[in-house]
Amino acid sequence: MANQTESSNSLKLFLAWSFVGIPLLLGVYNTLLNAMKLFQ
Amino acid sequence: MSLFSFLDREHTIAKPGYSRWLVPPAALCVHLCIGQAYALSVFNLPMTKLLGITQSAPGDWKLTELGWIFSLAMLFLGGSAAVFGRWVEEGGPRRAMFTAALCWAGGFLISAFGIYTHTLWLIYIGYGVIGGCGLGIGYISPVSTLIKWFPDRPGMATGMAIMGFGGGAFIASPLSVWLMGKFNTATHVGVMETFVIMGLIYFCFMMVGAAIVRVPAPGWKPEGYTPPATSSKLISKNDVYVYDAVKTPQFWLIWWVLCLNVTAGIGVLGQASAMSQEMFPGHITPIAAAGFVGLMSLFNMGGRFFWASTSDFIGRKNTYFVFMVLGFVLYCTVPTAGATGNVALFVGCFLIIISMYGGGFSTVPAYLKDMFGVRYVGAIHGLLLTAWSAAGIFGPVIVNYLREYNVTHGVPKAQAYNTTMYIMAGLLVVGFICNLLVKAVADRYHMKANDPRLAGAKA
Repeated sequence: MANQTESSNSLKLFLAWSFVGIPLLLGVYNTLLNAMKLFQ
Repeated sequence: MSLFSFLDREHTIAKPGYSRWLVPPAALCVHLCIGQAYALSVFNLPMTKLLGITQSAPGDWKLTELGWIFSLAMLFLGGSAAVFGRWVEEGGPRRAMFTAALCWAGGFLISAFGIYTHTLWLIYIGYGVIGGCGLGIGYISPVSTLIKWFPDRPGMATGMAIMGFGGGAFIASPLSVWLMGKFNTATHVGVMETFVIMGLIYFCFMMVGAAIVRVPAPGWKPEGYTPPATSSKLISKNDVYVYDAVKTPQFWLIWWVLCLNVTAGIGVLGQASAMSQEMFPGHITPIAAAGFVGLMSLFNMGGRFFWASTSDFIGRKNTYFVFMVLGFVLYCTVPTAGATGNVALFVGCFLIIISMYGGGFSTVPAYLKDMFGVRYVGAIHGLLLTAWSAAGIFGPVIVNYLREYNVTHGVPKAQAYNTTMYIMAGLLVVGFICNLLVKAVADRYHMKANDPRLAGAKA
């Protein structure tokens, strides 16, 4: 039972962090690409 | 269970086994959306060509008219955070996030109708007033919840959320450009459709945050966590009522600390591109300057997490001392970097300065929690955000007018910003003194156990 709760929590955490993390990382990557123009 | 009871604080109390690490993504769902406000300028140019399509036609809106949309949104951000802070605190995070989602998405939809009918005042009301209220309520909605879930790391927890506000523009900017490109035709600028789609996306995204957010059960504390027995004098174990907090000198000292720190940062943030090109003519091209601005945004976002997390180890007051002292040294160094043509030194100075600008925002909720307790920290934070609105006026005014004054009095463009840098350094000296004067809140302001106002804000 405790194991079930733990794995369900891990899945929720993975989904929740992916939901906000993926768009944020894409945005950061995009900005970083533009920022590289400073060093060209 | 009806929608309204679903929003109640009672229905957001976490059941045993709920992971507190679900709360930061819930907060990020809101802050990443409202952070779009920093990317509003991508609509400026297309909105000046709604009638003329390829170029501005008579009757098209002017940039100066459009500039008021952002100003109104910022004004209502500070105002609504101050006015609705207590309501947010007492109603719980879910109700606040839901309201913020309605206002924010509603603001986009009303603005889209304003674009469709080419009625500017509808956009002022939509994005500026209603959207601005969504900004204010959304900004403070997760603050006290995060602090309650992370009593061991309150700076890091609020830093994560407020980092999202800095990062929202990274998502909104390319998304807006991409959507406008999709709906743009030879006879139509796709701004209206972009507003509709973004409003709907933001509503869904923020509702996910509202659905997963929980408040801890009364008396909950992290496993294995024991509050430090010998605590600093500057970390209060007592709560101060929201409207009593504004009667304390500590509130106004921190208000000035935030205002001065933000004034110093905001002034250069808006002028970074022009400043870098004018101080290093021939060395920094417009394309490189755009890259510099992008890099500054990344440091603004990263600084929010880094400095707030650092404050958990070195203390809030010391963190602001670092901002003031290091900021002073860096602002005084910028003219030297310009005079010697040292681009790397110039860029380095500004990246650290801007990280501390972001850090000022994200460290302040934990500073308030230390001074005034957890119970009303969100509402007190809301009142303190008026310092941001004030800084939004002081910062750009100081930079723009001083530059203009210097240039009209024959100072070469490359040196026109030197006086401004020294003035910014001077502001940080005042901020240092204000921070130095912050002492523990007097006992008479602390809420007593039998205080009837405690019934309004459950722990």
